[in-house]
Amino acid sequence: MIFLIITIIIAVALYIVARTTLLGMTFRVAVKAIANNKGRSFLSMLGIIIGVAAVIVMMAIGQGSKESVRQNISQMGTNIIMVRPGADMRGGVRQDPSSMQTLKMEDYEAIRDQASYIMYTSPEVSSSGQVIYGANNTNTSVYGESLEYMDIKQWTIEEGTCFTEQDVQSAAKVCLIGQTVAKELFPDGGEIVGKTIRFKSMPVRIVGVLKSKGYNSFGMDQDNLLIMPYTTVMKRLLAQTYFSSINCSALTEEMTDQAIDELTTILRNNHKLKADADDDFTIHSQAEMMETMSSTMDSITLILVVAAAFSLLVAGIGIMNIMLVSVTERTKEIGLRMSVGARGLDISIQFLIESILISVTGGVLGILVGFGLCQIATSLFALPTSIPGWSIILSFAVCTLIGVLFGYIPAKKAANLDPIEAIRYE
Amino acid sequence: MDTKDKKVVIELQDVRREFQVGDEVVKALRGVSFKIYEGEFVTIQGTSGSGKSTLLNQLGCLDTPTSGEYLLDGVPVRTMTKNQRAKLRNRKIGFIFQNYNLLAKTTAVENVELPLMYNNKVKAQERRERAVKALIEVGLGDRLEHKSNQMSGGQMQRVAIARALVNDPTILLADEATGNLDTRTSFEMLVLFQKLHREGHTIIFVTHNPEIAQYSSRNIFLRDGQIKSDTYNDNILDAATALAALPKPVD
Ligand SMILES: Nc1ncnc2c1ncn2[C@@H]1O[C@H](COP(=O)(O)OP(=O)(O)OP(=O)(O)O)[C@@H](O)[C@H]1O
Ligand SMILES: [Mg+2]
Repeated sequence: MIFLIITIIIAVALYIVARTTLLGMTFRVAVKAIANNKGRSFLSMLGIIIGVAAVIVMMAIGQGSKESVRQNISQMGTNIIMVRPGADMRGGVRQDPSSMQTLKMEDYEAIRDQASYIMYTSPEVSSSGQVIYGANNTNTSVYGESLEYMDIKQWTIEEGTCFTEQDVQSAAKVCLIGQTVAKELFPDGGEIVGKTIRFKSMPVRIVGVLKSKGYNSFGMDQDNLLIMPYTTVMKRLLAQTYFSSINCSALTEEMTDQAIDELTTILRNNHKLKADADDDFTIHSQAEMMETMSSTMDSITLILVVAAAFSLLVAGIGIMNIMLVSVTERTKEIGLRMSVGARGLDISIQFLIESILISVTGGVLGILVGFGLCQIATSLFALPTSIPGWSIILSFAVCTLIGVLFGYIPAKKAANLDPIEAIRYE
Repeated sequence: MDTKDKKVVIELQDVRREFQVGDEVVKALRGVSFKIYEGEFVTIQGTSGSGKSTLLNQLGCLDTPTSGEYLLDGVPVRTMTKNQRAKLRNRKIGFIFQNYNLLAKTTAVENVELPLMYNNKVKAQERRERAVKALIEVGLGDRLEHKSNQMSGGQMQRVAIARALVNDPTILLADEATGNLDTRTSFEMLVLFQKLHREGHTIIFVTHNPEIAQYSSRNIFLRDGQIKSDTYNDNILDAATALAALPKPVD
């Protein structure tokens, strides 16, 4: 829309200028020179068209992927903060197994009861293995969680209900079933809620079916899971007393940092760590994840755009080449114009306008081609694309710059011709 | 001729022009000096290669002498900047090239408009009007939109004349301006030049045709880049009378 308005304004301005001034005359001469050499002008434009289209497409894919990753991450839940056992592994030092068992019931209770920046808390224990119903079976993961997990990860229940606080207390053999597992076990459909399935030979009753979340941007099927009360998984399945992680949700996204500080204090107190001791747990937040993801995406986009930008440079050299040919070819014309009073400046402006015109027209066509390619990429290959508005303005600016830069040398060459020598040139 | 109260427009002082062709030096002008007063109609004659075009290029500020001084309105052209010379060519001088030098693939009107394009005082409307008027004057009123490659040699020559007239120059430099025209059309052009002469324009006219010299006020003969003779014409013939005396064209 803005693009259209800008184009109209430019067109009107150019029209007025073209009708009234010397610059306008020069502009018309340049248009005519291009029109007289349509094929050649188009070929040198082609470089710009391809270059700009490539830049636009790369930026659009970069931006589009970033947006979709962001969307995916935020779909994973609200303001999630993940606490994992063990120190930060960034050093790559192998840690002994006991260090992975630092998150205990007391930690969960302390966070739940004391943390003021935390809205929801859910301890997590997980396992994976085969789940069976009748003759059907499939491999899946089981997550043991508290009720608040549903809010943290924004799960909704399509059929049936969630398990209850009572179920958690009693470590009841109940579960929520993900869509993928449901489809595998109940290929014929029908009533699922109330059926009893077996996981690692333990019978569990399905109390609810989760609404599908689909695949995340890492290509993981988010619906291939069972959710059970954490007590059930801990006591009846794994017989362990520690958690594999604790998931929390900060009150608001802005409070994430305070929440992390608070969690750290609570856990260090609980674990009776000395002031100079390292944390025996690691905290990651969704916000941090987004940050990392977008900066990774940004650098990938940058690499792609720089590669595409090189093609613009090559295109610029192509324009310079064609303009040099044009100056040589029109030496006689230049001499003639000078003999009737054109100054060097008038001549160089004429050639500058010509090269700018070629590059900007190429730029406009390139933007259109870029738009088209993005549409195709989205509809044919399901690539997420989003063209940032500034990339269009940038393309315009870059094309004008290319026109000026690469038109300068040929224009200078034309302006420095000697009239009588030029006019004698055959 | 009485020249006391006349202004000197053009003054050449020992102008030389040499060209380096390979190892050889071609001396096209070997010390030419003369003064041309305002309102003179000078014809320059000489054999081919005698330096007429080279001389005219000097006068038209298109080329600069190897040595010697050219004063235009008393100002040495050597001291002018490129842009000042461009402006002179644009406002003061009308130049008709020996080989026309029209813009290819461009209509007659656009060719004639060309000098006015580089004069920002003249707006688009006026530019066209003046170009059309100049073309009508040279008898090409019906060829306005013809492109240069769609015209005969004589027509192109007349477009070149119109282009030289369009900026109403005080000095008109013509290099064989009628060389490609039939007798009748050359006389028509000659009538035009005589009219401009009467209106006060200074005209310098290079020609091979000794007959034309009878219609100008002064004749300069060149030989080997030097002036062989420089004479005033006391008995200027009237081109209009000569034109009327020509046998009527048969339709
Ligand atoms: N650019 C140039 N380079 C080299 N030699 C030149 C150049 N221009 C003119 N000459 C030489 O200078 C001499 C005079 O040339 P000029 O064109 O002035 O002759 P002219 O009197 O106009 O002849 P014509 O009647 O055939 O037009 C010639 O010998 C020509 O070869
Ligand atoms: Mg000549």
